[in-house]
Amino acid sequence: MHGRLKVKTSEEQAEAKRLEREQKLKLYQSATRAVFQKRQAGELDESVLELTSQILGANPDFATLWNCRREVLQQLEAQKSPEELATLVKAELGFLESCLRVNPKSYGTWHHRCWLLGRLPEPNWARELELCARFLEVDERNFHCWDYRRFVAAQAAVPPAEELAFTDSLITRNFSNYSSWHYRSCLLPQLHPQPDSGPRGRLPEDVLLKELELVQNAFFTDPNDQSAWFYHRWLLGRADPQDALHCLHVSRDEACLTVSFSRPLLVGSRTETLLLMVDESPLIVEWRTPDGRHQPSHIWLCDLPTTFLNDQLPQHTFRVIWTAGNAQKECVIFKDCQEGWCRDSATDEQLFRCELSLEKSTVLQSELKSCKELQELEPENKWCLLTIILLMRALDPLLYEKETLQYFETLKAVDPMRAAYLDDLRSKFLLENSVLRMEYAEVRVLHLAHKDLTVLCHLEQLLLVTHLDLSHNHLRALPPALAALRCLEVLQASDNVIESLDGVTNLPRLQELSLSNNCLQQPAALQPLASCPRLLHLNLQGNPLCQAVGILEHLAQLLPSVSSILT
Amino acid sequence: MADSLPTEFDVVIIGTGLPESILAAACSRSGQRVLHIDSRSYYGGNWASFSFSGLLSWLKEYQQNSDIGEESNAAWRDLILETEEAITFCKKDKTIQHTEVFCYAGQNVEDSVEELGALQKNPSSMTSSTLTELLDSSCSHEEKHKYFTSYEMPAKHTENSDREISIEVTDIEESLEKEKYRGDKTCTCTISDGDKGENKPAEDNTVQPKRNRITYSQIVKEGRRFNIDLVSKLLYSQGLLIDLLIKSNVSRYAEFENVTRILAFREGKVEQVPCSRADVFNSKELTMVEKRMLMKFLAFCLDYEQHPDEYQTLKQCSFSEYLKTKNLTPNLQHFVLHSIAMTSESSCTTIEGLKATRNFLQCLGRFGNTPFLFPLYGQGEIPQCFCRMCAVFGGIYCLRHKVQCLVVDKESGRCKAIIDHFGQRINAKYFIVEDSYLSEETCSNVQYKQISRAVLITDQSMLKTDSDQQISILIVPPAEPGTCAVRVTELCSSTMTCMKDTYLVHLTCSSSKTAREDLESVVKKLFTPYAEIEIEREELRKPRLLWALYFNMRDSSGISRSLYNGLPSNVYVCSGPDCGLGNEHAVKQAETLFQEIFPNEEFCPPPPNPEDIIFDGDDKQPQAHGTNDITMAKVESSEESKNLENPGEHLQN
Repeated sequence: MHGRLKVKTSEEQAEAKRLEREQKLKLYQSATRAVFQKRQAGELDESVLELTSQILGANPDFATLWNCRREVLQQLEAQKSPEELATLVKAELGFLESCLRVNPKSYGTWHHRCWLLGRLPEPNWARELELCARFLEVDERNFHCWDYRRFVAAQAAVPPAEELAFTDSLITRNFSNYSSWHYRSCLLPQLHPQPDSGPRGRLPEDVLLKELELVQNAFFTDPNDQSAWFYHRWLLGRADPQDALHCLHVSRDEACLTVSFSRPLLVGSRTETLLLMVDESPLIVEWRTPDGRHQPSHIWLCDLPTTFLNDQLPQHTFRVIWTAGNAQKECVIFKDCQEGWCRDSATDEQLFRCELSLEKSTVLQSELKSCKELQELEPENKWCLLTIILLMRALDPLLYEKETLQYFETLKAVDPMRAAYLDDLRSKFLLENSVLRMEYAEVRVLHLAHKDLTVLCHLEQLLLVTHLDLSHNHLRALPPALAALRCLEVLQASDNVIESLDGVTNLPRLQELSLSNNCLQQPAALQPLASCPRLLHLNLQGNPLCQAVGILEHLAQLLPSVSSILT
Repeated sequence: MADSLPTEFDVVIIGTGLPESILAAACSRSGQRVLHIDSRSYYGGNWASFSFSGLLSWLKEYQQNSDIGEESNAAWRDLILETEEAITFCKKDKTIQHTEVFCYAGQNVEDSVEELGALQKNPSSMTSSTLTELLDSSCSHEEKHKYFTSYEMPAKHTENSDREISIEVTDIEESLEKEKYRGDKTCTCTISDGDKGENKPAEDNTVQPKRNRITYSQIVKEGRRFNIDLVSKLLYSQGLLIDLLIKSNVSRYAEFENVTRILAFREGKVEQVPCSRADVFNSKELTMVEKRMLMKFLAFCLDYEQHPDEYQTLKQCSFSEYLKTKNLTPNLQHFVLHSIAMTSESSCTTIEGLKATRNFLQCLGRFGNTPFLFPLYGQGEIPQCFCRMCAVFGGIYCLRHKVQCLVVDKESGRCKAIIDHFGQRINAKYFIVEDSYLSEETCSNVQYKQISRAVLITDQSMLKTDSDQQISILIVPPAEPGTCAVRVTELCSSTMTCMKDTYLVHLTCSSSKTAREDLESVVKKLFTPYAEIEIEREELRKPRLLWALYFNMRDSSGISRSLYNGLPSNVYVCSGPDCGLGNEHAVKQAETLFQEIFPNEEFCPPPPNPEDIIFDGDDKQPQAHGTNDITMAKVESSEESKNLENPGEHLQN
């Protein structure tokens, strides 16, 4: 009857679908075989393009076939006339677009497009930019396309201002867009280059304030969106610190010179990374790390020939030149002194404000104010709490210490999933504050007892410390970096949960070590102590290993030079 | 043609408004033989959209319609058997009242296509002539524009003439007008090209304010660019109509544009309401703290039922009182109350307000930054889309087909047939009739509400932005308690409802008086008549009115079936347009009636995949797909184009 429909049943539909799939699979497999055969036979002609386009059109993620296509295109480049090539390229570009529509996140397709555009004598970059804009309109977070856009913008030398306007338009549409914010962080320093004296990669204040307002709009609108908070962190962050030698220490007793650097570096033996000048003449030495492992380290040391130290000259001057870092430091050891050193005073600004910048404190103050305002409205927002803590540290770590600790408590309560991370962060900040206090007091004794520390960091800053108190914390280990404390004589680490002592190794001056009430299980854990030549007093009371039978004998055997061991 | 109509159907549907059309599609889809007729010459009834000239004809036709006297007892009475009785239908449409037309745009008598170029070269001379003309005519529009329209003050209406339409158009002048229009048809392109040139940025350099002078002749000439809705509605992105369009696949027959912004009218100023996340982020008007408070409140509304403690104690008070307790600044309260919840009535309770807010928010983001869609070419497209679906499944259509009466079997009390104006008797099992077709006797117990409507053509948007292609909705709260809020939708030319450089503005509210009395104060607040412009310079910021139409439309929604006298049980009534913003009422009504008539049938199920349709004599499987490589590639690409709306498609040149 007119207009009445007869429709397949669902079984018929399924069957038809199955047959269709089977057919497709057969075709796919036979085409793939054909391509591989031709490639093996070296028949790189247009038929390969045709075959691969059928497969890639359905599945653009077949990387080998893209390689085949590149081989063919390279081959054809030599054979064809310019006109023929132009048609070929046009077809290829069109084909790539159809593949991108199949899968807009195909690595192979985007890469092939880069490759192709890179080979063209007169690529049409404007069209490529428009292509990117279209794809980002569909999915503004397609990072493949963002990547390609950066490539195109670089090739076409698009002015950064135009690209910045483009990120503006995308952020306006939806500000949850890491790629867009990140692109801004690349473009803004290009647009506003700082004078040579200023910190690299930073923005002038007026630009900074505008960006801060933009990003504040975002996190006041949706404080749970992290992309804005990350950008905020970047805005307030500072450039990498300049390479520098922080401290140079020479010890007559150990005939040893120790250097600490602003960043970990690797010094090959007999390479030119570090030059040592003794009394203005070069000296060839073997550099090593405190724990003996050859890997990037903040601290490097070398043995000095005893002849230099034992002569009767009134003084010796040591100068270390870090050739790559373009930095050097000099120290003098006088005749009657056991040691000599030279170091930067560890001011708060230089050492511990890596998180946030040195911008005028007014900017930071106003940021802190608006964050506190937001925190009042959103007392449970973790990003806001964290930002407040960072801002307070940037402003004055000691003044805000108490308040910071309170915010840490709140933060841990609202974000229990990251409690361990927060504990570590808190430990780091407390340690920094203690180091600052020690520096201001100009002593070589560091008290870190009863601070709920979970981790030790910045140990490379403690090169000169002689007494360290870590008792009553939650430390699980004395980490390898502890080996940097070359002057340490007394280490108190009782009442922690320490299981390993990897860092208590090669400490030339360590005499006294208190490890009572910890979690040391096996005598073997004490093995590193054997490398500390002057260790005399060791307290192991309250550790599980004390329960073992014959422990005293065992320990006497393991640590023959330690005169008193309490168990 | 009508003579050869089949005489047996399952369902006869009279009226092509939205609920009738949905029902027609649903019935036809479920395999019923459907006859769908309308006495008018166009689809949609009071849901229709018209070109400018079409609207003028509508007004005129209306008048003619009203002139038709009681017709003599026709031959159709002979077709009624002894055992039957007739329920006669209404002879003239009484759903539209109090039509009043005002023309403000300059009328250049010498303005003809040939002279267009000259006019553009010298716009100032045109302006001055327009100005003097309008000054002359400011007190007597009738005289100047008599050839088109004259209006009577409602006060002049006597009791008797109240139902008469106030438009008086003489036939000769109207036909002249039409002829002129026809003559210009071929030149339409030239004109619009000229307009384009006129609109180029070059004009920015001139001192003259960048306002295009649109004359009435231009409006008439470009009349086909207009699609003027009789009823102004929008589609909620998560509303029943969208769901139905998608489910039934009728959506393929229509195109939509997202409403681009929500506006508010506060302290004499039009401002944009930030309602989506992106809006709030981009808003320059809100402070940071306001942004947070608004977002926080909106987030709460989205799942308010999960936080009963936030509103339990205030359940009984009005929504506006409730908002005052929510730590929102006055402008935020205004936005939420009038523009987001759209609950300006003081009777709206907290729960209703929260529900309305949630509904608004749930619609956000599905298709864009606002919760509303507008159908390109006007709301009148939607009923037609459903009619098309009905026709695809075998429904038969007849416009300009009047029905004289329903034929009822005395014994069973059921309706057996209709008799049309050709005297043909058409039998069916079920009859669906739109309210306006029912006679006064049938409706004598019914109290109808009224909708006040205004249609304006203006030269500028109510709130100018970088882009002049904005679709806006604005709720103007009641000036005094007890009156109704007025809903204003402003359509730009990209919606295909008005000519370039103009805006089509619809005002809607439920009536308390005539449309003009209800709406004129709001029109005056938002717009300024074209003529006054050069005098009051401070008024420059308001858009200028070029043309205005006021009318009242009957609102037959929400009428209980029992109020209609003597309807047989197999006759069902659909109502005309309601006053609401969405189309929920019409869809609900269509679905309810369909379930009542066919309780075991599915309502508008998705149509079968074309590949699954078995054609006559096509018992076997069609030949296996993709026997060669090319077919395979084609299948793939066509599948893809469905999934991803073609980025870079136009780049392939």
